This record gives sequence, structure tokens and C-alpha cells, in this order.
Amino acid sequence: MEAIKRTTPASDAEREAIESVLGPSDDRLGRDAVAGHVVRGQRHLLLPCLHALNDRIGWISSPAIDHLATRLGASPAEIHAVASFYGLFSLSPREPVQRHVCIDLACRAAGGPTEHSVDHEAHPAPCLGLCDRAPAAITIGGHDPEPDPASAAVDRAEDDVLLRRVGAGDPVDLDAYLADGGFSALERARDLGPEGIISAVEASGLTGRGGAGFPTARKWDAVRTQPVTPHHLICNADESEPGTFKDRTLIENDPYALIESMAIASLAIGCELGRVYLRGEYLRAHLTLSTAIERCRSAGLLGALAGFDIEIIRGAGAYICGEETAIFNSIEGYRGEPRNKPPFPFESGLFGEPTAVNNVETLMNVPSIIAEGRQADRRLFCLSGAVRRPGVIEAPIGITLGALIERAGGLREGSELRAVMLGGAAGGFAGPADLDLPLDDARLREVGLTLGSGVVMVHDQHVDLVDQLRRIAAFFRDESCGQCVPCRVGTVRQEEAIERLASGTGEADLSLLRDIAGAMRDASICGLGQTAANAIQSAVVRLGVLT
Amino acid sequence: MSTTEDTGAEPDEAIIEPDPDAVAITINGRSVTARRGDLVIAAAERAGDYIPRFCYHPRMSSVGMCRQCLVEIDTGRGPMLQPSCMVTVSEGMVVDTESETSKRAQEGILELLLANHPLDCPVCDKGGECPLQDQAFSHGPGESRYVEEKRHYEKPIPISDLVFLDRERCILCDRCTRFADEVAGDALIHFIDRGNATQVNTFPDEPFSSYFSGNTVQICPVGALTAKPYRFKARPWDLEQVESTCTSCSVGCRISVHSSRDRILRFQGVDDEAVNWGWLCDRGRFNFESVHSDRRLADPLIRTAEGLATTDWSSALSLTSDLVRSALAAGGADSIAILGGARGTNEDALAWSALADALGIDRRDARLGDGIGLDLLDLPRATIADAAAASTIVLIAPDLKEELPVLHLRLRDAALRSGAKIIEFTQTGSGLTRHAWRSIRHLPGAGAQIVSEALAEDAVAAQLASGPVVVVAGRANLAESAAAVSARVAAVLSAAPDARVLPVMRRGNTAGALAAGLSGSAGAAQILRDAAEGRIELLILLGADPLADFPDSRLARTALARVGRIVSLDGHLSASSEQADIVLPVAVMGEKSGTTTNLEGRVTPVAQKVTVHGTARPDWMIALDLAGRLGVELGASDLSDLTSMIELSADGLWERSFGAAAPTFDSVVGTNYDFRLVLSRRLYDAAVSTATSPSLESLPGGRGLSVHPSDLERIGVSSGDDVKVTGSRGSVVLPVCVDDRVNRGTVWAPFNQPTGERSEGDVRDVVDVDAPVTDVRIERLS
Repeated sequence: MEAIKRTTPASDAEREAIESVLGPSDDRLGRDAVAGHVVRGQRHLLLPCLHALNDRIGWISSPAIDHLATRLGASPAEIHAVASFYGLFSLSPREPVQRHVCIDLACRAAGGPTEHSVDHEAHPAPCLGLCDRAPAAITIGGHDPEPDPASAAVDRAEDDVLLRRVGAGDPVDLDAYLADGGFSALERARDLGPEGIISAVEASGLTGRGGAGFPTARKWDAVRTQPVTPHHLICNADESEPGTFKDRTLIENDPYALIESMAIASLAIGCELGRVYLRGEYLRAHLTLSTAIERCRSAGLLGALAGFDIEIIRGAGAYICGEETAIFNSIEGYRGEPRNKPPFPFESGLFGEPTAVNNVETLMNVPSIIAEGRQADRRLFCLSGAVRRPGVIEAPIGITLGALIERAGGLREGSELRAVMLGGAAGGFAGPADLDLPLDDARLREVGLTLGSGVVMVHDQHVDLVDQLRRIAAFFRDESCGQCVPCRVGTVRQEEAIERLASGTGEADLSLLRDIAGAMRDASICGLGQTAANAIQSAVVRLGVLT
Repeated sequence: MSTTEDTGAEPDEAIIEPDPDAVAITINGRSVTARRGDLVIAAAERAGDYIPRFCYHPRMSSVGMCRQCLVEIDTGRGPMLQPSCMVTVSEGMVVDTESETSKRAQEGILELLLANHPLDCPVCDKGGECPLQDQAFSHGPGESRYVEEKRHYEKPIPISDLVFLDRERCILCDRCTRFADEVAGDALIHFIDRGNATQVNTFPDEPFSSYFSGNTVQICPVGALTAKPYRFKARPWDLEQVESTCTSCSVGCRISVHSSRDRILRFQGVDDEAVNWGWLCDRGRFNFESVHSDRRLADPLIRTAEGLATTDWSSALSLTSDLVRSALAAGGADSIAILGGARGTNEDALAWSALADALGIDRRDARLGDGIGLDLLDLPRATIADAAAASTIVLIAPDLKEELPVLHLRLRDAALRSGAKIIEFTQTGSGLTRHAWRSIRHLPGAGAQIVSEALAEDAVAAQLASGPVVVVAGRANLAESAAAVSARVAAVLSAAPDARVLPVMRRGNTAGALAAGLSGSAGAAQILRDAAEGRIELLILLGADPLADFPDSRLARTALARVGRIVSLDGHLSASSEQADIVLPVAVMGEKSGTTTNLEGRVTPVAQKVTVHGTARPDWMIALDLAGRLGVELGASDLSDLTSMIELSADGLWERSFGAAAPTFDSVVGTNYDFRLVLSRRLYDAAVSTATSPSLESLPGGRGLSVHPSDLERIGVSSGDDVKVTGSRGSVVLPVCVDDRVNRGTVWAPFNQPTGERSEGDVRDVVDVDAPVTDVRIERLS
């Protein structure tokens, strides 16, 4: 019962930041049991509170943590544990506005800085999803966060479905969206009813576009039929796979389509509040989507009358929070550590209740499936690196790698193809001999590759592939949540083994690298650890890097 | 499995019924029957196949983090590597804990763990009993291929007064942090940072000051957490151990006493399903140090002109029997009184009770006016398991976290994991308040009415009717009459007539001492009143220290000053035994064998592990000797005779009916004073066992008076100021501190705390044992 009485209380600015999320404090709260339950029922507001502090003050002080702990009925150690988990938060003093400089794969291939050479004042950042304009940097923080640079380049084609509104006028113009047939799919979905929606989606063959490729209709049906309520819908917009920038492009350019897609999904699974877990660095997408949500509420398309609403949860710099169960912990106000499966999200997800988690691109397929009965046979690809026109390209599934590179204008002048990273850091490498590979998950799996999140990062002869592998290893070492042994220790030891191999050691370290890969794949809790060695192993095996 | 052996009742149905909870699985090629809901790791262990593990702990939720327990499990879709601590058994499941794939996964994990773990086993306390060491030996690859630096941290750092953390050794299994959060509810240690930088730590400047911190040391699977009292004291292979019972409070936690070279070096919790589930509180875990304190009494003492002087047993016992004889001659058996007995064994109490019977001494009480009335012990008794399994737990009790910490853990678990609803009536709030379904604050002096009204609310009445109700009944406020507790409990029983009662008693063997007969028609208060009025010729103190423990200190002082003679049996010299004419040194727990009885009435053994200090003897032996000298027959001549006098009920419990009438109590509402006093116990106080344990002696919080901020403002005092506290019996000077958990109109003081540098007064000086409540006035000292 001994309460710690700190000598320094939280500052007025810190209290105001916290109150901007939690409302004014009431002395009586936390005193008796019923109020205690109320206080602890606000734990899911921890992440927004930490953002408020970090944005306004620049960092999160101990007195602020103390105050927040009191307000949320938690111990300061618990709050500290969460705050220290996320890359965007600082626990030591700094200015509110921070410059984040990308040190990741596409940017360093384009001559950007490394972890060690980045400007002292700036933050070395993992892939910011700005690969089409590498090397990239953004600023984050302050009272009114300034949006990051303009949206990605898009190579649009006449028959584009997913990208058809991208670059066509003001993305938050609701009237224009409605005039373009917006929300007619939702109307149709209402007529179809949950089972009708799900069979239409099933007929389209839609599978998850976040990397795992699970059939969307099966996921929705599993949630729909759960007896426990409420059901939750989460749109996974925590796009952080290095080389990926398609979801931000969709949100920034076609936010109403995402809202409509989520409304349809919510009808299918029986859910009244959808959540978009949006990557913390994606300020423009946040601004665009929140404006669109507001306008939909004003128009009665979202909110109490519409029977469905959407809220945005802002991530805070943790790749692992793109893992579907880590999202739950993050939203609930805990460290963004993945959960063991089973139980699977469809039965026990957010707050232990049935939950469907769908990637942005997956959801964006839905309106055309419902309204036009289309097949889900197209995908978005994120082209970056040594191509003439890097950017997002929509193409039919099964397009060959060579044809896709041609769509991006072909290789840059003077470039010779050395390697293509497919599917991201958790994906793998193709080589110059693979240009005829059809980009279709089933076909790629046969040769040990994956489409993952649609990354197609093209490397020419000027790119140091060993450096790329080093960075991939460092990325996973940084982004491992640290929960399970194989991933926490394996990612470190993998990086070290690569370092040794780079200096010319031989066979023994290659076999060690292979064994670490095996241990991580076999024993890790989640996809991060299970795939953290994929790209490195594929570079060794398919391209002979490090040998 | 059901059996057909018991065929007497219904022979027609004596056929083998398939057990609906039996699940047939195959483990390593053998058919095994597991129970529905079993985790694979537990089912395999029961079947004799030990799967290596670090994060799994049977008393905590599984997290599947260390991945050491991966085995191949086939549920019909082919064998898949899965963490056996996360998978429950299902019919037809095939488990292979020794397949190539299982072995490879287990070896891979161990190799990675050892890559970071320092190989300082020769200087590590855990060496020799270390799960990492053992499993590296039994399941590891044998050698490491990693050549890089291991992680480096400052080692070790103190994370509390009792526990050190070595982050280099830590394997981040989440056992300690899970325990702190999930079991203890003191989430003061946590994972900090992320990935390979993840470490366990406290919030800066906020230590892991949990009453349960020692458990984390015991469950740590490596030597990352070490306990200050045990660090570098012994190697596990040098330890001898014996199972015993902790008697620091009346919960009766099962312990294993570890000693080396005739010194007790540590207690470890033993997992007893009925009682403590393996957990201990820090006071119980670490106060063994008092056994070897240099303040222990080695030889009998008698009062001389120069004070207490050493003597031999023969003289001391002969003088004691002379004192008894002359008291009997001067004032009869009613001029002799016995106080105490709750700190000894059942056998100690039985021997002294028999001696008192033989001599006709009726004035005896194992309680010191700081407990509950005997009437509550006559009510249908609940066990701890009954309470934990109840639908509704009604708390009319002190803060269990402070008084019976492991019972607090059991009830907290019941509320959080079994869905029990707690209805709490409290004067201060408690450690369970935040888990309570209803927490009703009331002023001291509130009687039955406050309870009746709260329980009459429709939702509450429906809750009470929904299933078993257990009342946890104890004295929350030592400045309020015990009759108030009886009145409030009676109100629960009239609303829920089938409710059972779990009585809260502070001292370890209060239940055993009372069952043995150490209670008479006059309670401790009456005995002390008689003594104060000069009617007691001889007062025998059985480990009792009324000067420290009796709530009305003025009465206790007058009584001890006016009593004819005092004989004290004690392990250490206490304030009261310092005033004795004869002090007989006794064996303490750890030095004597016998049994003890916990608050449920459960009788468990206490074991002798080390040689008795000096010439000390167990209390029972002294009683037997005195009986011989006084020429009375006790019906027992050795320890086993005494043990056999314990008569257990059909439930295996030791209970006695006291035939005590429930006292009447009228709510006390108005007052002419400003404040009503709440006087309650803390876990750490001036108790001898705490004060003589070097690791614990600095932990009591000290004296003071907590006041609500608005009350403090009203009387114009600042936190930290000294105030004059005046009651009907007199006044005392104490510092005040502000505390918004205190109800307005009440002031809150801890009981029996040591004085600090300011020589604060003793708040018990304003307590009047004859008054139902203690009202006080507070004035600023000019």
C-alpha cells in the first residue's frame, strides 16, 4: 500500500496532453472498486496518450509516466514497459519535431545513409515506405503534425481497378466519390446480407494481400459465426515491410473506398466499430483518412445512424505490430508482442473477442467484387530500385517479373540486373535468370519465393548485396519484439554470422547461418522470426552471396 | 478413473463408466490417459516424460515464450512442432518428445540461450539447482559455436531491499514479471525496451517493493534473481532440507526449510494445493534470520537486584514452581493467569493447557485483545479452498495483503481467474479493493446496519443467492471493539444463512492454541484489568508480549507494573519479558518438532531442522517439567503423547466449540471529537521476528498518522508536521502525513511500529479497550 510520492509532478503541458485523450481527471476515480474498473477500462487509451505526450513535448518523462499510471490505474513500470517498446517514442529529452532519415534497403541502395552515417541530429529510420523517391526522410512531431511528402508515384493503366481513383482529383472530395459510384457497393452489400457478401468474396478468390495469403471469405465467415460478441474488424495499415508503399498510396488517394470496403466487411462479420491500425509514420495517410471519416460521419455514412463507425489507431514505430496478434496487444495498450496461436483471431482476437484482421489492399478489392462481380485477380506491386519509373503498379496476378519491370520503364540507363528482392525483407531474392517467373504465389512457392506484400526491389551492379543482407539482418534484429528466444537471440547471431562471412570466413559459418535459420523458422512464435532468415537464405542459395 | 470397488451403494450401476474427462493420447509410443484441459507438457510430465522448459510454470498462465518445450504434436494433420505448454490434450493426439525434429528444436533453443548466458556457474547461487544448467546438460548440444561477445550489463543491481537482479544471466522467461503482475498484482518489474535489448527492470527509482518479491527468486530458472539473505551463503548440494510449515501468520504456508552446518539458510515455498500453491510472503520467507539472531536467549534468566541474570534450568524451574505454589496459596488458581501460546506448536499449547487444567487456572487467553471474538470461531468454518471457490466472498477483515499475504493471493486469484465476486466492507480500503465487485467504505463503529443495507440491494442479494458465500472475518481496526466485527458478520449470516466463515488470525498458531484450550472465561483484556487492579499474583507469558501487542498500551503497562510476578517463556527478550521475574528461553520454529494449526483448523507438521540455541527448550517440555515439580498429572509424558491428543473432525480439521455468545454491539454514530481512529497492522512491524531479522528490520514504515488532505487543510497542518492526538485516555505526539486514501473524518495509524529518529509517541496510548471506538482530537503543536 506504499505509494511512491515523487517530488517532481508532471508538468502542466504533460497533464494537458494526457487530458486531451482521457479528459479531465477526477480525484475520486480509482478510489472505490467500481471506479477502479472504469479506470482500468481505459487501458486501450494508453497508446494515444503516449502519442499525445511524444508529439507535444517531444518525449515522455518519468513524471508523465507516473501521472499516466495513476490515471490508468496501472503501475509506472507497466507504462514504462509499453513506452520503451516503440521506436517513435523517446524516454529522454528532445525537441518535439524530429527528422527521420530512412536507412533501409531501397534508400541505401540509392546512396542514402546507414545507421552509422546518418546525420547526428536525425533519427535513423527503418523503411518509411517512400522507396519510389529514395533516399527519403520525413519529419514527425509537434502539436499539428506536418504531413510527410506527397504521395507515391503511380503508374496507372486504363484497366486498373484498385488504383482507378489514384491521382484523379481531390481524394477527400466526398461528392466526387459518390458521383463516381461510391457507396453503391455498400448498397448492394446490404441487399446481399452477410452470407451473400461472403459467397461473393469467396467466388472472387480473394486472398489476403498482407503477405500470408489466407482466403478472405473463410476468415470472415469464421468471425461471422462466432457466438461471442462484439465482433471486431481491424484494417491492418501498419505497412512496414521494407520496400512496401502500396497501402499508403491507396489510403492517401482513395480513402472513401477503404471506408466503404470496411463498411461492407463489417456487414459480413457483424461488427459495429472498425479500427484502422495505421503506421505511426504515415501522417499524410492519417490526415487524409481522418478527414474522410469526419466527412462520412457528417454525411451520415458513418456513425450511430449508419450503424458502423471507424476509428484510427496510430502505431508508434514497431514493424512487429503489423503481425495480426501484435496489433491486438498494441491497441489494448500493451507491448506489441505477438500472441501464440491458437487461439486464432477469429475466435479470440482484440479484447479476447472474435476479430477479422484485413490488409488495406485486401479490403480495397471488395467494392468491385460486390458491385461488379469482379474476380480478385489483380495485385499491387511496389517497384523500387534500379528501374526508370519506380512506383505502385497494378497488374494481373501471374504477370512475369520481366514484364513488370518493363511496366516500370525497364532498367535504368546503364544498369545491369543483379537481383530482385521479392516480397520484402521477409521474402526472398530472384536473380537475372528469373525474369520469366510468373508473379503468382503458388508458382513462386515452388521455387521458394513469395509475393509477400508485393515488393519488387530491383538491384543493379552498383548495389552492394552483402550490405543489403547486413541491413536485412539488422532490420530484424531491431524489429524483433524480443519475446521468444529463437527470434530475439537468433536475429542477433544471424547478423553476427553474416558479419563474419562478409569478412571471408567459410563453410562452418554458412552452416551455422543455416542452423540459426532453421531454429528461427521452427521455433519462433510469429511470422517475424519464422521469416527473418528467408531473404538471407535465398540470397545465399539462389545468388551465391556470401559464398 | 471410476472404479467398481465401492459396490455397496448401488450395485446395479457398478459398471465401468467412461470418464467424461479422460482423454486418450499417445506419448512417445505409449498410450496415456490425460485429463481434459491438461496441457501437453503437464500430461507428459505425469506420464514420466519430462519436457524441458523455462517459461512454463504450473501456477501461472502459459506464455509459450522460451520455446524450449517444443515437441512434435500430431492431431491428425501430421506432426507439427508446437510449444507443449500452449497446447491442451485432445483425443487421439500423438506426442513425440524425443523425435529428431523435437530434439533439434530443443537443442537449437538451448544453444541460443547459452550464447547469451554468462558461464559464471561456479559463483552463481543457482549453480547446482539451475534449470538452465540441468537442461543444458540433459537436452543441450554440448558445445557452442558462437564466438561473439555475450550481452553485458552492470551486475547485479538491487531491485528491492531483498532482491538482486543480474540481467546478464536473465533469459527473459517472463516468470518473475508474470508473477509480479499476474499473481502478486505488483507489476513493479517489467520487460523494458525491445528485441535483443529487452531487459527486466523496475521503473527508475521505484523499487520492486512487493511483499511477495522472494517468490520471483524461487521461480527464476537461472541465477538472475537472488535473495539478499541467501546470496553466497551455500551451494545447493550442501543444503539439507525438511518440509515444515511457516508460522509467521495463520495461513500456514507449507515450506521447505534449508540448512547447512546447523544454520537455517532459507525457506522455499512448497506447492500445497489446499493452502499456498508454492507462494510465500517475504516476511515468512526471510524472518528465519531471527532464529540465529544474537538477541536469542540462551539460558534462563532470573531477576536480581542488578536486573536479569543468567541462571541454570534447575534453579529457574524450581523457582517457577515455587512462584506457582505461592500464588496458589496466596490467591488461589484465579490469581494465576496465562497469556499467549499462539506462537508455539499445538503440542506446546496442549501441554500448557493441560497444566492449567490440572492447576485449575481458568484465566488464560492465547489472544491479546487484538483478534476476533470466540463467537466467530463457533460459526460454520470455511477452508481457504472454500473461500477461493465461493461465488461471493464477503470481506469483513483487515487488509489481507498486510496481515495474511498468501490468503490475499488466493482470494485475488479467485476474483481474477475464477470469477468470484468480492464484497468488501472496509474502513481504509485494501489490496483487494481494486478487484472487489462492491467495496463499501464505512466509519469505525458501524454495526450490523451498514452491512444489512448493502446486502439488501437487489443485485447484491441476487449475487448472494447465486452460490456459496464465504465471509472472511477479522479485526480491521484495533481501535474498534471486536464486537463490531461480530455484529457485521452476523448481519451477513442473516442475509446469507448458509455462509461459512474463514476467521482471520494474525499469529501463526492462534487456532491451535485456542483448540488446545488456551482460552478461559476471562479474555486477555479482563486478565490485564484484573492485573492492573492487583488481583493477579502470577502472570505467565507464553511467547506473549502484551506491551507490544495489546491495543490499549496504558492498560498493558499498568497491568504488568501491578502484577505480582511474571514468568515469561520466550525466544528473544521482548519489552514484556524484560519485566519478568523469570525468563525461560524456548526453542523457536525450526528448532522444534510438532504440529501447528492454521486458520482453517488444518493441522500440519513443523519440523526441527537445527539444534536448539543455547539451552533453550520447547514450551511443552517446560510444562511437563513443571507438572512433575508441582505433582500434577498431565496425561502426557512426551511429544507424541501430546500430538495424539489432537482430535481431528471428519474433515480432517481441528476445531473446538467455544459456546461463546455473540456480543451485542450498537453502532456508534456521533462523537464529540474530530476524528475516529483506524489502527491497523502492516506486514512489517516491530514484531521480534522482524526486528531480529537483519534483512527485514529496516522495512517497517514507522509511526505516523495519515489524514485526508482536506481534513489536514481544515486543521491547518502540513504533511510532516507533528500533531498532538488526544483521546479520552490521554494524548500522544505524532507526525502526520497526507493520504487521500483515508476517509474524511477518520485518521489512520499503523499498529506496533518501531519508533524512528523523532521518538514519535505510541498511538496505542489513546486507545481505550473498554470503548467501542477511539475518537481523537488533533491539534497543531505550537
